[in-house]
Amino acid sequence: MSFILIILSSLFFTGIINRTKSILSGRKGPGIFQPLRDIRRLLKKGSVYSETSSFIFKLAPAVYFSTVFAAALFIPFGENRGLISFQFDFVLFAYLLALGKFFNIIAALDTGSSFEGMGASREALYSMLAEPAFFITIGSLGLLTGYSSFYQIFSSIHYSESASPAIAYALGLLASIVFLFLGIIENSRVPVDDPKTHLELTMVHEVMILDNSGFDLGVIFYTGSLKFALYGGLIANLFFLSSPYAVINILIFFSLQVLYASTVGIVESFMARLRMNQNPQFILMISSVSLLIFIGVMIVIGKI
Amino acid sequence: MKNRNGLILIFLTLALGAATSFVAFNALMGRNFEFVLSGNTILGQIPIRIDALSAWMILIINFTFTTGVLYGTGYLRNYNTSANLKLHQFLFFVLHLSMILVCSIQNFIAFLIVWEIMTVSSFLLIIFEYWKKETIKAGLNFFIQSHIGVLFIIVSFIWVMSQTGLADFNAVRLFATHQPGAVAITLFVLLFIGFGFKAGFVPFHTWLPYAHPAAPSHISGMMSGVIIKLGIYGILRMLLLINSNYIVIGEIILFVSVFSGLYGVILAIVQHNLKRLLAYHSIENIGIIGIGIGIGTIGLGLKNDFLAVAGFAGGLLHILNHSLFKSLLFYGAGSIYQQTHTLEIEQLGGLIKRMPRTAVLFLIAAIAICGLPPLNGFISEYLIFSGLYSSLKSNSFAFSLFMLSVFVALAVIGGLAMLCFTKAFGIVFLGTERKQYHVEPKEVSRMMLFPQYMAAVMIISIGLFPQLFLQLLKNPVALFVPDILNSSNGIFSYQSGILTQIGFIGIILTVLVFVVYEIKTLTGRNKINSVSPTWGCGYKTNDPRLQYTASSFVKTYSNLIEPILSMHKDVAVVNEIFPGNKQYSTHYYDKLEFYLIDKNLKWLKKLLLKLNFLQNGRTQFYILYGLIFILLIIFISYGEYIWNTIKGFFKLF
Repeated sequence: MSFILIILSSLFFTGIINRTKSILSGRKGPGIFQPLRDIRRLLKKGSVYSETSSFIFKLAPAVYFSTVFAAALFIPFGENRGLISFQFDFVLFAYLLALGKFFNIIAALDTGSSFEGMGASREALYSMLAEPAFFITIGSLGLLTGYSSFYQIFSSIHYSESASPAIAYALGLLASIVFLFLGIIENSRVPVDDPKTHLELTMVHEVMILDNSGFDLGVIFYTGSLKFALYGGLIANLFFLSSPYAVINILIFFSLQVLYASTVGIVESFMARLRMNQNPQFILMISSVSLLIFIGVMIVIGKI
Repeated sequence: MKNRNGLILIFLTLALGAATSFVAFNALMGRNFEFVLSGNTILGQIPIRIDALSAWMILIINFTFTTGVLYGTGYLRNYNTSANLKLHQFLFFVLHLSMILVCSIQNFIAFLIVWEIMTVSSFLLIIFEYWKKETIKAGLNFFIQSHIGVLFIIVSFIWVMSQTGLADFNAVRLFATHQPGAVAITLFVLLFIGFGFKAGFVPFHTWLPYAHPAAPSHISGMMSGVIIKLGIYGILRMLLLINSNYIVIGEIILFVSVFSGLYGVILAIVQHNLKRLLAYHSIENIGIIGIGIGIGTIGLGLKNDFLAVAGFAGGLLHILNHSLFKSLLFYGAGSIYQQTHTLEIEQLGGLIKRMPRTAVLFLIAAIAICGLPPLNGFISEYLIFSGLYSSLKSNSFAFSLFMLSVFVALAVIGGLAMLCFTKAFGIVFLGTERKQYHVEPKEVSRMMLFPQYMAAVMIISIGLFPQLFLQLLKNPVALFVPDILNSSNGIFSYQSGILTQIGFIGIILTVLVFVVYEIKTLTGRNKINSVSPTWGCGYKTNDPRLQYTASSFVKTYSNLIEPILSMHKDVAVVNEIFPGNKQYSTHYYDKLEFYLIDKNLKWLKKLLLKLNFLQNGRTQFYILYGLIFILLIIFISYGEYIWNTIKGFFKLF
């Protein structure tokens, strides 16, 4: 259920970001399906491969896509479990995404270009710095509910005996801030990185895929969108209502995805990219938000 | 001639491996092997016991030695010094035998003897290239530090023996149960330090980064793969015997392990030498194993079976996993060294085109060591994660916070390992070549590749079918947590069910990657695909010097981490109008090594220099020293008697 919804929302996620940006800057802008059309065009094209690169470079986009795709199978939909669900599945979820990044990084190094090496280096560092935030957040939510899989955590988050719904929503809000920024970091958007500056020295993700073209580039673009929708799906799970009508929850899901995408768009319109050397601080700030969740949970369950 | 010796060694290793594996496998399945040698008056009875824990270690040792002997025979083919080679092969067998004995002998003195044989033979194996100064230096460093470790083990063994009068390992149990808790903990700490030197826990790790690069690659593989694990074996064995105060002991282990894990990987990233990098990674992995054992021990203390099973199963499985991927990585490094004669990461590059098989094998091991699915490293880390996560729900805030920080530390270790191995693999194998070779590097011989395939197959099969290997761990874990043998206790089948799913997802992922890749190649057939130089932002010369180097890859990181590291920079200042060639170099040094080893060595040297007059080369003096020594011994052993006589003498008045 949630898998299909994630796939659906991934189709227009980047489109909404671009649309928000164009509205805010007073341009007419492309329609929300424009990125999808771009991807379709790319998928039809042939590729140019660097003579330096090896099979790693050709394999990496496939791995990147597969890991994110497999990770999407984990996301539950309110009280319906995800296609894959078992205890501590979030560990596998995080490590699957890491596997995709691993291949992206080595593919960037495979081209032997100094720009791509630069991007790879930053990506490796930032993803390492972002790791604690995810684990602390999920750990705290698990502590709050007493469960240890995505499905159990999310399905019981509002019905825990120890916490009133208000607190659950407050913590959910904090957690969604964490997921929101994690999505931004993972996709290298403003304020960590600006995909629109075409100055290689300041880019992270975009500079890693300078040499990708055709099918590979299309796959990478789509995977980026899918990754956003993935985190959007996680956020939506924090706010589902327990209602007999799935329609309401589907509406919540989509409106949160749209909200997420437009937030990204708004942030991109009104904020400048941070200086490169400030990025680590920014990423660690998210970890501190997640620590706040942890302490909040500790207070709620009465251990402090 | 040379070949024959190699074949004999292979045969002997396989024979020993097969014989002991048979016994070990039976023990692993629950039929323990026990045999008591009558021994003599000094040693006492020598029990040879192979229980599931010993069996697990013996099987790991046998597998690693099998790959090691095959790889080593291929690797050493280029060395022509035949006498040296024969000694090397002989010692290799001695090392194998002594390690198996270490795992099975349970008599204090006999254990120390085989432990010594192991240390000495590995020392001699390390200094195979004895004509190099660094090799000898590294070897001596290892030798001395091992003996400091042994000192701690001897002291604690003597302590136990003097209190119980027994030389059997079971005396430790007797000792620990009859003494107050603080004494048992002190004993454990002594033993932990002793075995910790072998295992390479921080701060007893400083020999590792020297010894591994100095040794020939198959020996580095053995050292990192199994020798340091015997330190872990010692700790586990003692843990079984000292069965009290588990919570405190567990917290000690956990604290040291987290520190080792973080410190190891933090330093690994900035290394310029491939084998040194791998050596620091061994410290990190020992840390991960230790985290598993630590939470397992805490689980025992809290009577939380789930925690204990997750911890011990994760730790024990990680011992196997690390022995597989680390030996594979060292074999890969050895192949690189054999073909290019350098291990400096900054000078290597583009080897994937010259040595494609080595590159793929190295990549598999690199993914596995980062703990990424679908390979084996993930399985053991998952088990440890599951334990840590369930331990968050404790009653005390401080304990939860401690566990949360371990939880986060493990995640950070994983992230840092990824940074480290993207660097190691990416810079060494990918991109363009950074250096002209006198002899073109080419793929290594089949003899060297075959054992690497063996290890890789194991890595993949543990990753995809983890539940089978978890079943093998049932008896070793049951030594610590006997409850799980009850059929009503579902923890093991529960974890095994989850692991089945993880393995299944691994298979799905592999299929998915294959499908996407196939779609690409199938649809790409009719399109125009072309090959051209890498996008150079307008620059056309494809100069290898334009590539990102290993140092620049980790530059942002090393700036962040600089306060922890001690870094020496040689920066050339440009102040002329037409500057000549300038050099910039960075050297990283282990801060702990500086404070703990180098500084202390300095004053020790000063002190010893003052005693220099004792060594004056005159035979008469040396005889005098001997005499004084004998008199002292007599005096000490009869001290009490003499003291009583004197007292009695004074009482007369």
